[in-house]
Order: sequence, then structure tokens, then C-alpha cells
Amino acid sequence: MRVALIMTIDLTDQFTTGTASDIDALFAGRTTPADFDTLTALESEAIHIFREVAGEFERPVIMFSGGKDSTVLLHLAIKAFWPAPMPFPVLHVDTGHNLPEVLEFRDRLVQRHGLRLVVASVEDYLADGRLQERADGIRNPLQIQPLLDAIGDNRFDAVFGGARRDEERARAKERIFSLRDAFGQWDPKRQRPELWNLYNGRHAPGEHVRVFPLSNFTELDIWRYIAREDIELASLYYAHERSVFNRDGMWMTPGPWGGPGDGQELETRSVRYRTVGDGSTTGAVLSDAADNQAILDELTVSRLTERGATRGDDRVSEAAMEDRKRQGYF
Amino acid sequence: MSTDKTAQPDLLRLATAGSVDDGKSTLVGRLLYDTKSVLADQIDAVTRASVDRGLATPDLSLLVDGLRAEREQGITIDVAYRYFATPTRTFVLADTPGHVQYTRNTVSGASTAQLVVLLVDARSGVVAQTRRHAAVLALLGVPRLVLAVNKIDLVDHAESVYREIATEFAELTAGLGWDPSAVQSIPVSALHGDNVAVRSSNTPYYDGPTLIEHLESVPVDAEPDTAGLRFPVQYVIRPRTAEHPDYRGYAGQVSVGTARVGDPVVALPSGVRSTIERIDTADGTLDAAQPGRSVTLVLADDIDVSRGDVISSVGDAPAPVREFAATVCWLAERPLRAGARVLVKHGTRTVQAIVDAVESRFDEQALTVTPAPDELGLNDIGLVHLRTAGDLPVDDYRASRRSGSFLLIDPASGNTLSAGLVGDALEAVRTVAAQPA
Repeated sequence: MRVALIMTIDLTDQFTTGTASDIDALFAGRTTPADFDTLTALESEAIHIFREVAGEFERPVIMFSGGKDSTVLLHLAIKAFWPAPMPFPVLHVDTGHNLPEVLEFRDRLVQRHGLRLVVASVEDYLADGRLQERADGIRNPLQIQPLLDAIGDNRFDAVFGGARRDEERARAKERIFSLRDAFGQWDPKRQRPELWNLYNGRHAPGEHVRVFPLSNFTELDIWRYIAREDIELASLYYAHERSVFNRDGMWMTPGPWGGPGDGQELETRSVRYRTVGDGSTTGAVLSDAADNQAILDELTVSRLTERGATRGDDRVSEAAMEDRKRQGYF
Repeated sequence: MSTDKTAQPDLLRLATAGSVDDGKSTLVGRLLYDTKSVLADQIDAVTRASVDRGLATPDLSLLVDGLRAEREQGITIDVAYRYFATPTRTFVLADTPGHVQYTRNTVSGASTAQLVVLLVDARSGVVAQTRRHAAVLALLGVPRLVLAVNKIDLVDHAESVYREIATEFAELTAGLGWDPSAVQSIPVSALHGDNVAVRSSNTPYYDGPTLIEHLESVPVDAEPDTAGLRFPVQYVIRPRTAEHPDYRGYAGQVSVGTARVGDPVVALPSGVRSTIERIDTADGTLDAAQPGRSVTLVLADDIDVSRGDVISSVGDAPAPVREFAATVCWLAERPLRAGARVLVKHGTRTVQAIVDAVESRFDEQALTVTPAPDELGLNDIGLVHLRTAGDLPVDDYRASRRSGSFLLIDPASGNTLSAGLVGDALEAVRTVAAQPA
């Protein structure tokens, strides 16, 4: 078997159009904490991972969903290469069922940092028949093929994701460098041992490596970090009035994905989103938390995990996430 | 979980170890449950799954055994990472399997751990697997141990049973080189919660801390401040923009020692000297950067440094070598024999290498040492002699876990073959192995 050569190459010119002054402006007037506290330790670990990938892979890409974890991921990637532009493009898998705030935020972020955006569109696949709409209307599982095609077509060899190990039991088993075969599949029994802070990025042609720099952040760490770094998020993370309907205890936004159904009534409530995903399966929570501190206060008393509270797809079975990951989901 | 949002608790990385069915997953589930790191929907899911299995009470191990195969077999297959916090500290826990065939996961989990909780079943005490795990943890240089004498309720909380196990373990670990102050024994029942978060009235003879109190208060060992600097260069940052036309910074993570502005340094393997002019981060400059911190060093002179080089303090810089003895934990199915061609990844440098000789094999299952074996098999630990195609500035593993560690990688498949420890890390372990059990 031939193995891809490990090379150090500079992708700056290829992938980014950002100017250094944008990047300087982003961090202007900030001061570095001298203490090596938990958040700084987690930040250092993530930056180390970004730089390892930049040093060892030829064509890395950052998966970006518009959610809080991918926004933090992007923030850390930009910091890792300062004062040079971030040497990676950004890949968004658009299910066609995104909430409008997410797309608006994505486009603004791309514009501000001068990023190169690659979009894999589920709608395109439905339009030409490569994918069929599911009976339940949920599009999360339909993301897998466009994602894997985008990775293959662009010959991406390292794909950063914002997954955290505290999200879900199957994700708790995930390595920071996770080898995927030519079909994008994850085999939990055949994972490479991960030793010290030495990451093995070797892969054969056609294979790629998923890389998870936020592995050791918890949801609370993410929000503390967002507050400390003053990171702008998509507006739907903060409490706002919204026309929603209740389905199985989750507050859903009506849209092209359907709803409200029989016996479900639209009402205006103060809500916010805890995760960003497909509109057909991601719900909002009732909340008055309109800023970072209020959200931190809310989280410390919340009795539900972000996924249990707002993700219909993880309620399907005990192993829903494991099954999706095995098929190539991130 | 802390309600004080402004507090930044410090971080302890720990791992579990122990043999099969000694209750590791239950203990981890208990730690999560008692620190309120488990939320209502997760408890609901576990309760539902326990009822489905015909159990009368929620099985806390289902909180952590996440894979289909694990739940089917009721065992832990792979390392899982868990997160919990108390008001004073946050914890990253690597929950490792006890099965002999998954020893490689124990090695993975323990390689970054500052503390390992080793479980024994109070009914069986220190068994062969306990000795194996202790030997592997000694080899990997894990600074601190907790012996959790679990299922103490199943021996009627007997003081004599606890004392006997704790004494035997203390002798074992002292022989393996741990200072007695680095080893804490605690009688616990993970199932009922005795001495995990709450002091148990069932063990009045035990006056030490609960497990959580100990984890909250145990010192987090750092590399000694007097150690020299080791800074493997990951990436050269050269913006080539109008604002930064001449910027040239060396991005990396401080591996050992402290980087300080004004300190003289030497680039290895070239041996060219310079001075640290500035320590950059995206948030501004630092006067000093401690181990684990990711920064960018700007040097006073325009010298040739690239990925794979190590920026080191001048006084104690390691001499780059092309031949060295090393201890390896063999993690692959394919055996290692003399003459094998491998890749060595040390810090940020990967070089080709040949295994010149397999000098001895320490069988961590039998606790025996075989000189000049034919090969090392899966889970074997042995001393080998390596010859590399390029210069490597290595330190002895016993002096530094970070700059003395490396991977062996299969050049054909790309798989990680082995954990590598520079030098004869087996020395202390061999001495114990030579003693009768």
C-alpha cells in the first residue's frame, strides 16, 4: 500500500484572501492571561493540534456548521496561526433546512475573515436524485454522502470537526486524530492508540483523518471560553421571541421542513437554541438568557444535556450516534 | 459542578486501571453521578436501559459504556474520556479497559495521566493483573496512584482485609519506585458510594480522604522549574503580508522547562545559537511560557529553523544521536523482530529507523524477563536498540516524559506500532520482576 507523503507546505496563498490587518484587528487591545488556567490549557492543546495538522497534511479543511462549537473551532484556528492568515478553507454541509440566522452568520464570518468557503448541498443531491427525502423528513442522515463526496472531490486529507467527547457516549470513545477509510467509516475497535501528545496522521491515499481539537472541552468550558474571548455567535443562541410549536417537549421553528402538525399550535415564546442543526430535528429551549453570563448561569442549573434537550435524532436509539459515526458522520 | 462562574479551577488528568469486573465503569459512573456531572436525560436513558435489561436499580456503568459491543458484553472495550468538575478542580478522566488484550488502551490512557486510580476487588486483593498494571504505570512514569479497594461492602467492610491489601500494594509500589506519599489507598464501594464523595460510616478505621477529596487536593505535578527548555518546532509562521513582511516565528508548544524572553537558546540538531527575543500569542506577548503552553517564539537572529527542530536551552541541550536504547510497549498484532524498518516520531520530527537488536523482553503478563528474545509480541514490553536515519535530540524518559517519548510507526500501513521510551525505563520494573511474587 502506498502511503501519502507527509509534507510541510504553505497553503496560505491557495486558500485565504484575508489580510493580516483583519486578523490584527480581531485581537487588538487584548491581553494574554499570565496564568495557565484550565481554559488556557484547553486552548493551548487545541492550538497544538491545529499546528500539527498544518505541519503534516497537504489539504486540511474545517467543517463548519454555524454552531457554537464550530465558531470556537474557527476562532482557535485563527489564533493558532496569528499573525498569518489561517491556512485552511471552511466546509459547510448545507442540509437546506438551516435556520436563516445560521446562513446569515456563516456568510458574515466568511466575509469578515476572508475565508474560502466550500458548500456541500443536500438540496443539490435531492434535486438530481442522488438522494431521496426520508419519510420522516429528517435531513441529518442525508448529510453523510455530500460530506464524503466533498472530502473526496477536494482531496481533503484532514477534516477538522468541533465534536466534543462530553457530548455523547460514542463520542467519548473518539480519538483526537481519527482515521477514516475510503468510505469515511469509523471503526471503534480498530482505533490507533493515542500516546502522550504525539499524534499519528499517517493515512493511505483515499483515506482521511478527522481531527477534533475541542475533544477535551465540555459544554461549560465552551461557554466560559466564548465569554472570555468575547466570541460572536449566531444570534439564535441568545434568548429572543420566536414563533414556535411544541413537539415531544421540544420547541420547534416552523419552516420548509414542516410543522406545526395536528394538535400543535404556533405560539410566541422567549427561546434560545443550545445546538445548531437541521431545522426539522433541532429544537429550542425556553429561556430568558440573553447574554453569555446569563447562559452560564442557566447552564449551571440545567438538568438536561444539550443533546437530550434539543436533538431529536439522538433519541432514536441507544446507539444512534455510534451508528451515524460508523457510516461516516462526524 | 461549580456555581462560581468566575473561578477557573485547575485541571487534573487522570486514568483508571484494574482488571475486568472489578467495577471500573461503575466507579466512573459513580464519580460522574456524585459530582452532579450527569444530567436528568442521561439518568433517564440509563434507567430505561437498566429496566430493559431486567435490573432493579440503574446500572451506573451504562453511563460510560458507550459502544454497542460494550453494552452487549457488559465490558469496556476502548478508552473513553469523561469530564467532571468540583468547585475547586476540573477533571479529564481516561477510562481504560481491564482486559489483557486491551492493554494498549491502558498505555494510551496512562501516557498523559498525572494520576491513575487502580482498582482491586476487595475479595481478591492484589492479583497478577494489578501487578502488571502497576508495572506498566511505573514504566510510563505516572506520578501518583490511588488504590481503590472496591466492593468493600462484599467483605463486610472488614478492616483486616483492607489493611492487608493496602500493605501489599504499598510494598509493590515502593519496589517500583514510587514515594509512599505519592500513593493513597482508599476502601470504597462504587456501587453504594462509600468513600467516593461521602465518607462512609461503614469504615470507621479509615481516616483518610474520600476519593473526591483526594482528587481535589492532590498536588498536580509539573516538570521541575529547573529543567531546561525543550520546544519542538511545529510550524514556521511567515505571513509575508504588508503588515508583517519580515515576521518569522516558530510555533510550538513548550514541552519541558520554561521559555523566557532574553534566554539564550540553541536550535537542534543544527547547533546554531540565538536568544529568545519575543514570545508571541494572538493575545499579546508573554514574558515566560510554561510547559503545555502553545506560543510562537521569535528569535533575535535569522537562523535556519524548521518543523522537526527543537529549540533548547543552551546549558543542558541534549546531544543529537542516531543510535539509542529504548524501551518499547509493543501495541501491534505483527511481532517486532531485529532488522525491522520503522518510523520514529519524536516531538515534531519523524525519521526512518532500523531496530538493530531486541535486547530483552519483559513479559508484563508473566512478570519475567527474557534476554535476547526472537521477537516482541502484542502487549510485550522490551528493550531495543534503534538506529535512525537522522539526528534526534532525545532525553531519557526517566528525566522527561515529554521529550523522552516517541512513537514507532509502520511505514507501510501507517499504524502506530509502539509506545517508545528513550533509555532503559525497564530497569526498576525488572528489579521487582526478579523478586518472587
